[in-house]
Parts: sequence; structure tokens; C-alpha cells
Amino acid sequence: MGKIAVSCEEPALDSRIESRFGRAAGFLIVDPETLEFSYIDNGSSQAMSQGAGIQAAENIFRSGAKIVLTGYVGPKAFQSLSAAGIQIGQNIENMTVRQAIEKFKAGEVDMAESPNRMGHGA
Amino acid sequence: MKVAVASGKGGTGKTTVSASLVSVWQSPVIAMDLDVEEPNLHLFINPSITGERTANMEIPVADESRCNQCGKCAELCQFKAISLMGKIILTYPEMCHGCGGCLAICQEGALSPGYRELGEILWGGTDYGEFLMGRLRVGEAMSPPLMRAVKIRLAEMTSSAGTDVIIDAPPGVSCPAVNAVMDSDVILLVSEPTPFGLYDMKLAHQAFSLLNKPMAAIINRAGLGTSEMADYCISSGLEILAEIPYDRRIAEAYAAGHIIADVDSDFRKLFMVLADKIKAIAGAAESREVWNG
Repeated sequence: MGKIAVSCEEPALDSRIESRFGRAAGFLIVDPETLEFSYIDNGSSQAMSQGAGIQAAENIFRSGAKIVLTGYVGPKAFQSLSAAGIQIGQNIENMTVRQAIEKFKAGEVDMAESPNRMGHGA
Repeated sequence: MKVAVASGKGGTGKTTVSASLVSVWQSPVIAMDLDVEEPNLHLFINPSITGERTANMEIPVADESRCNQCGKCAELCQFKAISLMGKIILTYPEMCHGCGGCLAICQEGALSPGYRELGEILWGGTDYGEFLMGRLRVGEAMSPPLMRAVKIRLAEMTSSAGTDVIIDAPPGVSCPAVNAVMDSDVILLVSEPTPFGLYDMKLAHQAFSLLNKPMAAIINRAGLGTSEMADYCISSGLEILAEIPYDRRIAEAYAAGHIIADVDSDFRKLFMVLADKIKAIAGAAESREVWNG
């Protein structure tokens, strides 16, 4: 199974999930088997006036993750992740990164076929 | 001479003032609506439209078969209009600001120019002179590129010297508002004596002061609220060129699509005096420039 990128507030397995994808503080890149993880900072996306979701998608792509678990994904980030063959589990909120991974492993996360947020300014 | 009728707060009377000014202007004048997101000057001066054209912006179109994934275009773009995901090059046309940098930097011929429609430019004539406006395409997020295209049309219309331009500007102090006033010779700030009006007036005054242009205030709905607006203008050296009274007849005329200067002779006189004062301010600024070389 490929690595999973989870949008998070802090670099820890017990961090709460950050519901926004593009403007998340960072992503935990988790191996779902061993729960070993690395952290990628997404702060540069937070500072962008536009294109934060696309930038975040690029960050995920470089991390090698094949799956994203997050709250809301806009249309451009969705297009970008999909183009790279990265699967998206969305509407995941009010839980920790660890809980999200467990939920995913239990087969309780459906992979999205379309974005669940309107884009900004378009 | 170009006169920009601007405001910080929306709904303070820019179009009301623009339409009346155009109607009393004594020399050749072009009425230009640069509030391209929601143009409405035409509703008051009823132009007959004689020409129109579509404004486009150049955007990149990617040919993946020629792309060598060097990533220079994606790195250059500050707006994320191009993204490279491994071997896949993605373009987001609606994010593009049209700088052309990606087209210039690509050495592989993988990017070619395409177009995004910005909106339309319409022109014609009214009882008072010429008319020009831009109308942003629904869904288009950026108005300054269309505003620049409208100004190119204006330059074609003003090839003969001596035609004045009255610009109905968009509200606010962000890029569209600055784009509307930056080429003008005089900036008029239309405001109303309310807390919101005062707050936004200060923002606009501060923002446009950086342009170093003659600037003056018009207080609309005078008599409403407090004297804080007038106090601010006086203390900050902003001359009040006119005070338009808070009068039900004005609201009725506006709602019927009429020009306020046509309501009665007092209002007509108010705008004629205003026009003379604007010309005096512009003239004084011009002679200062000559004096200073």
C-alpha cells in the first residue's frame, strides 16, 4: 500500500486533521502499515494569494504519497492531484491523523470522484 | 484632461456624479465606465452603441509531446497557472495574469499562445458626447486586464487633442480602483457622511495619495450623519468641491434612471460649478508642473 498524505495542524500522529487542503499548515506522510511518518511543511502555500491548492498538490506529489486524506479539496487541487494519479479521501474532519489512517485501513473512506469545494475567484 | 470619479465605499454616488458631470460638461467629453465588474453609467446617459469588440488575454497552451519537463515555466509562474506534476504539464487558464513569461522561457516550443476572453468593450455616442465602457465576462476574476484594453480603445478615440474624459471608477482601493484612477489628471472622491463612508474615504485618500495627483472630495447625501466627514476633509487638506444634499428627489430621479443635474436648476448649477472647479484644479496642477519644469 502506498504512503498516505494527511493534512494536519502539527507534525504528529495525534495532531488534529486540518480540514482545508490547500491552506493546511502541513502534511504528515504516513506509511499505513508501520505508522512511520515524515512531515512536509505547507507554509509556503498558506502565504500565496492564489494557487495554494495547486502548490499543495505539487508538495504531495514530490513526497511520493499516493493517497490524500483531508477535509475539503477545491477544483484545481483536485484536478492537479488526479492528473498525478493521487487518490483523494475528503470530508475527513474532527479526528486525529492516527484516527484517519485507521478509518482508511478499515475501508471506511471512499475515494472522491469530484471536488467538494467551490474554487476561489473563478 | 481625465477626471476619475472614485470612492472608497461603494454606492456613494460615483455614477450619479459622473452622469451629471458629463451632462453639464461644456467641452468635448468622453464618458468612460471603467467599473467593468458592474458597469451602470449607460443606464443614465443612454448611449447608442456603434461599436464593440471582445478583449482577450494571452495565455499558454501546453503541448505535452514537446515538453521536456524542465519545469522552468512552472517555476517562473507566480500565479500557479502552470504546474508540472512529474511528466504531466497542467495549465490553469483562469489563474493566468497574461505576463507571457512562460511563453518566453520555454525553449522546446511546448507552449503556444492561446486566449482567454476577458469581456467586451462597447462604445458609441450620447446626447452629451462620446461613450466607452467595458463589461467583464461573467466568471472572469480579474478586471484590470480588461480595463487596460478599454484604455487602449480610449487612446484610439482621443487621438484628437482637447477631448476630456470622465471616468466612472470602480469602488474600493484595490487593483481595479487604482487602475481606474492611475492615468487621470484629477481624482474626485465621492463619499457620504456615515461611519462606513468616512472609514473608506480615509482608505481611498491614503491609497490614492501615493499617486501624487490633485485630489478633492464630493460629499453626497450631505446632511445625513455627522460633520466628521467634513472635519476629516478640512484637517487633511482635501478640498470639498461639492456637497450634494440628502434629498428624496435625487433618489427618485436615480431610481428612474434620470440624471440628477436634470432634476432642477439648483442641481444643474451645483454640477456646473463643480465642473468649473475641477477644471480649475487641473489647470492649477498643470501650470505648477510647467513652473517646476
